[in-house]
Amino acid sequence: MIPGPFSYHRPSSVADAVKLLVSLGDEARPLAGGHSLIPMMKLRLATPEHLVDLHGIAGIKGVRRDGSTIVIGAMTTQHDLLASEMISKSLPILHETALVIADPQVRYRGTVGGNVANGDPGNDMPALMMTLGASYTLQGPGGTRSVVARDFYQGAYFTSLEPGEILTAIVIPAPASGHGYAYEKLKRKVGDYATAAAAVVLTMSGGKVATCAIGLTNLSETPLLAEEAAKIVIGTGLDEATLKKAAAAAEEIMSPAADGRGPIEYRKSVGGIMVMRALKRAAARAG
Amino acid sequence: MNDMAPTREQREAKLEGMGCKRKRVEDARFTQGKGNYVDDLKLPGMLHGDFVRSPHAHARVISINSEKALKVPGVLAVITAETLKTVNLSWMPTLAGDVQMVLADGKVLFQNQEVAFVVATDRYAADDGINAVEVEYEALPVVIDPFKAMDKDAPVLREDLVGKTSGAHGPRKHHNHIFEWTVGDKDLTDAAFRKADVTIKELISYHRTHPSPLETCQCVASFDKINGDLTIWGTFQAPHVIRTVVALIASLPEQKIHVISPDVGGGFGNKVGAYPGYICAAVASIVTGKPVKWVEDRIENLTATSFARDYHMTTEIAATKEGRVTGLRVHVLADHGAFDACADPSKWPAGFFNIVTGSYDFPTAHLSVDGIYTNKAPGGVAYRCSFRVTEAAYCIERGMDILAQKLGMDPAELRLKNFIKAEQFPYHSALGWEYDSGDYHTAMKMMMETVKYADLRKEQAAKREAFRRGETRDIMGLGVSFFTEIVGAGPSKNCDILGIAMFDSCEIRLHPTGAGIARVGSKSTGQGHETTWAQIIATEIGLPADNIKVEEGNTDTAPYGLGTYGSRSTPVAGAAIAMAARKIKAKAQMIAAYRLEVHEDDLEWDIDGFRVKGLPEKTMSMKDICWAAYNSVPPGMEPGLEAVSYYDPPNMTYPFGAYICVMDIDVDTGVYKVRRFYALDDCGTRINPMIIEGQVHGGLTEAFAIAMGQEIRYDETGNVVTGSFMDFFMPTAVETPHWETDFTVTPSPHHPIGAKGVGESPNVGGVPAFSNAVNDAFSFLGSTHIQMPHDFWRNWQAAKRLGAVG
Amino acid sequence: MAKTHITMKVNGAEVEGLVEPRTLLVHFIRENLQLTGTHIGCETTHCGACTIDIDGMSVKSCTMFAVQAQGCEIMTIEGVANADGTLSALQEGFRMMHGLQCGFCTPGMILRAQRLLQENASPSEEEIRMGISGNICRCTGYQNIVKAIQYAAAKINGTEFKEAAE
Repeated sequence: MIPGPFSYHRPSSVADAVKLLVSLGDEARPLAGGHSLIPMMKLRLATPEHLVDLHGIAGIKGVRRDGSTIVIGAMTTQHDLLASEMISKSLPILHETALVIADPQVRYRGTVGGNVANGDPGNDMPALMMTLGASYTLQGPGGTRSVVARDFYQGAYFTSLEPGEILTAIVIPAPASGHGYAYEKLKRKVGDYATAAAAVVLTMSGGKVATCAIGLTNLSETPLLAEEAAKIVIGTGLDEATLKKAAAAAEEIMSPAADGRGPIEYRKSVGGIMVMRALKRAAARAG
Repeated sequence: MNDMAPTREQREAKLEGMGCKRKRVEDARFTQGKGNYVDDLKLPGMLHGDFVRSPHAHARVISINSEKALKVPGVLAVITAETLKTVNLSWMPTLAGDVQMVLADGKVLFQNQEVAFVVATDRYAADDGINAVEVEYEALPVVIDPFKAMDKDAPVLREDLVGKTSGAHGPRKHHNHIFEWTVGDKDLTDAAFRKADVTIKELISYHRTHPSPLETCQCVASFDKINGDLTIWGTFQAPHVIRTVVALIASLPEQKIHVISPDVGGGFGNKVGAYPGYICAAVASIVTGKPVKWVEDRIENLTATSFARDYHMTTEIAATKEGRVTGLRVHVLADHGAFDACADPSKWPAGFFNIVTGSYDFPTAHLSVDGIYTNKAPGGVAYRCSFRVTEAAYCIERGMDILAQKLGMDPAELRLKNFIKAEQFPYHSALGWEYDSGDYHTAMKMMMETVKYADLRKEQAAKREAFRRGETRDIMGLGVSFFTEIVGAGPSKNCDILGIAMFDSCEIRLHPTGAGIARVGSKSTGQGHETTWAQIIATEIGLPADNIKVEEGNTDTAPYGLGTYGSRSTPVAGAAIAMAARKIKAKAQMIAAYRLEVHEDDLEWDIDGFRVKGLPEKTMSMKDICWAAYNSVPPGMEPGLEAVSYYDPPNMTYPFGAYICVMDIDVDTGVYKVRRFYALDDCGTRINPMIIEGQVHGGLTEAFAIAMGQEIRYDETGNVVTGSFMDFFMPTAVETPHWETDFTVTPSPHHPIGAKGVGESPNVGGVPAFSNAVNDAFSFLGSTHIQMPHDFWRNWQAAKRLGAVG
Repeated sequence: MAKTHITMKVNGAEVEGLVEPRTLLVHFIRENLQLTGTHIGCETTHCGACTIDIDGMSVKSCTMFAVQAQGCEIMTIEGVANADGTLSALQEGFRMMHGLQCGFCTPGMILRAQRLLQENASPSEEEIRMGISGNICRCTGYQNIVKAIQYAAAKINGTEFKEAAE
């Protein structure tokens, strides 16, 4: 299991990285944490001729507050997220999710930018970003643009990124104070992708759900936003019947593959269970 | 007072002999990164070999084109079956009396089969080379489902065997049939079933899995063209056997072959057999005159070398309505993959599966096993167990639970009712074994009292009511398992490998200053032999264990031994060590008698030396005897203090144990939680309790993994779908339960120190405990048997089938 | 393929080498530097046998290129023992608590545990189990590894080590 040969580039700015990607064309791939790409290269399922390592670029790592949004640099690792007080305080669902991604070593290297940008339906952050209404800052030969996470994912490993573009930051509107949240992930063991996972962010008012967003991980070839399910719970006190209805609505949009994690029927069914459990736990946390 | 003589306790403690929780000698190097594993070896000019493997499970090889590969920088040679034919090595014999392709000869028979061997200057160039070899295949229909292998129109897998109506183990009844093996009294057993009040019948499958030690299989072969010597460093559990195999198949003189097992990173049965990688590395070294390293990667390990289990056991038990078992009938369909490469003693095509009567006094039993070929990897190794003993234990322990359910009896009570009684030992089983010793009732009752078994059953009953009322979605299961193992292969009267009796050996040489070296025919793969073997010697001859160096794994220096697997090290090599020590002690006694000027019979042993009977102050320590052995032995005696023992065990040993698993399962997700696991083991005399406990923890963890998800699974076209540690369930510290261990001691009456072996017991007993827990949890919903592995989705499917989820 | 010159600090010493860009860090450490205590168990980032410490992070060195470690500070198992050659608290803990058998996972496990204890001096059993969940051990069943880490934590903190009752 040895990668094929390639040339290594380590630009020091995003602009240089973009220039490299444009000039090297299809045979070049950006390298962030490498924990998706390098295993693929070892199996020679990916054989890029050039790797553009983003680790040398200053200014695209770290978490900062920008008015009512929180901006996460693309090269921020999962470990950085776990260590960030700002994240624990303002976006605790990110902390909860980062903890169930891969394992400790992978979290030191694996980046949030890589997790959201490569379009792997098994990654946990994309559904979460859709749930939170995040947008991605993309820098390319034509300049910088912003794409909302909900529009970014088009198919497995197929996203809105144009050739030469690099995802540099994730911008997340800070959720309302007192919001409830939960990321429920069913997996076979530490290090596995989700058999099914659901992200919920909601607010409660007078014992009823006031606002709600629900995201689903690894239950289709892209992350999903379960809009109908969210609509069903708004205005309710999350009684059993409503939860079941919401789960059923979420299951409607799921189309998971049958794999070692289980047959389709199972993965959909536990997808529904994850939605119910996440809703309950989020509601219990809402202030 | 400073000059006070040490007390007896102090003298005992100083030895760190048997029974001491001695810290391991090995750990100084392992904790500092100074172990010597095969891949750490770097020889001048060393080359690397890597395999081109088949993407198909069954295909004809139309052509192999190496042209492009040979142009890859660093690639020196591409070896194919055609190359190997020139040295008559394109096929090799297996330990089970079959033959196996070293490299694809005309066709491939399983996915990832070895097709060509690329030799290059380093591992990177070798990998580039394998990607440049062009192989053209013509796909053939596959046989994956073992139950279809003997269909009339099933594809012919082994064209080399066409027309051969008998194999190494008798007649073949189909072109994909390997052997039929029967044991027991069929007529008597059939009669028992006719007369029975109650019978059960169930197909109990034990899925295909893999030992997968953390270090994969690997070797370095180095041929010295001038002297004609071939040295092979490898991850071998049985280095001497490898040397003999190489001598036989490569027609090299055995004294010119040097096999060395350095530190081995876990074995679990994976490293017993001979693999194409070893042969190809050796041939490549002979051809190039340079050392050649071959290191398997993890995917290759999981998909090509030595699977385990894949036994499909149709199990029937006859009993009276009071719950007395009266007969056992088992038929096994054994899926051996493309070649029969089981690592069993040669005369035992299904290993010791005839231990399947377990811990119970069956008046009669009958067993038949049909081995068959499929398009899967060859192997059938004993993954942390004696040969096919986990399969047998699973079969009977699941069967007893099913019988209990049918009788409406508690599974523990049914077992107590049918155990072989302590006074029945030595016990002759209906399928031909002589159990050496046991006290099953005591062990079982101790387990039941410790975990408060009756209370657990009450709690379970209450939980079931709560589940029925809709108050909980959790169901609770109690998995009882009482296993009897058969280990220590084995007596020469019935155990051999390729004609070599399965003895083991030890050579002890003591030095003048009261120290010494012991060389042993076994080979530790993590069990800590350097520590425990010295403890046996310390107790036997009264020198501190710290003074005894233990060496294994080098066929030039170690006496011939059959290696470490099937929990045979302590029963066989351990006995050889004690016997060699006793030979030394006998000579030491003569020296002491001479020096003390008394008759030998007037001496008695006292911890660390001899003393004159009735004159306790007249003593000679072993340390002093060592010195005397080199300067003042009795007239006519040879100097020195050295002994060799080759130990042919008179019988196997029969460790046993009582295990229980308490498990909760969430029916909505199938997620289980092991709330408690208690394991009581009786391995006879205990040499190092710390190491025994560690062995039990490890074996239970492997049992947990196997029962709950560890499976080599093929899709219908023969692709392995569990080829990495992501999909092949390898639990981390988070999933692994907490283990409670306990013990009783029933020594083996025929073993010199009464020890029975323990490393594999927890795997043998653990798997049925987990599976019985799952099955017990679901039983109140109307289920009789749910097949392993019990991963989350299968639990959920069971719940759904039984109407517990909508 | 042209080779790149790299330098880094490994176990306190400056080292250098010429590598292909594709050379994996674990191969550079094992084969160029001859520090063979770092092992390869799965090659797919699951088993953690190749875990080393890079700039204060536990990293699986099979999933990083050597060129990426340019200028980094690395510790491998060969650099763990105390300066006077005695075993570190963790190494001693593994020996005392029988936290290893075949020894193949041990270097990665110790490197990982060392970083864990630097980030959390008194981890609970659950935190230890989570903390070493990127390292697979096939022999011990982890229970004695947990004890080994607790032993080391107590020794480092100067507190009494109490072996949990079974």
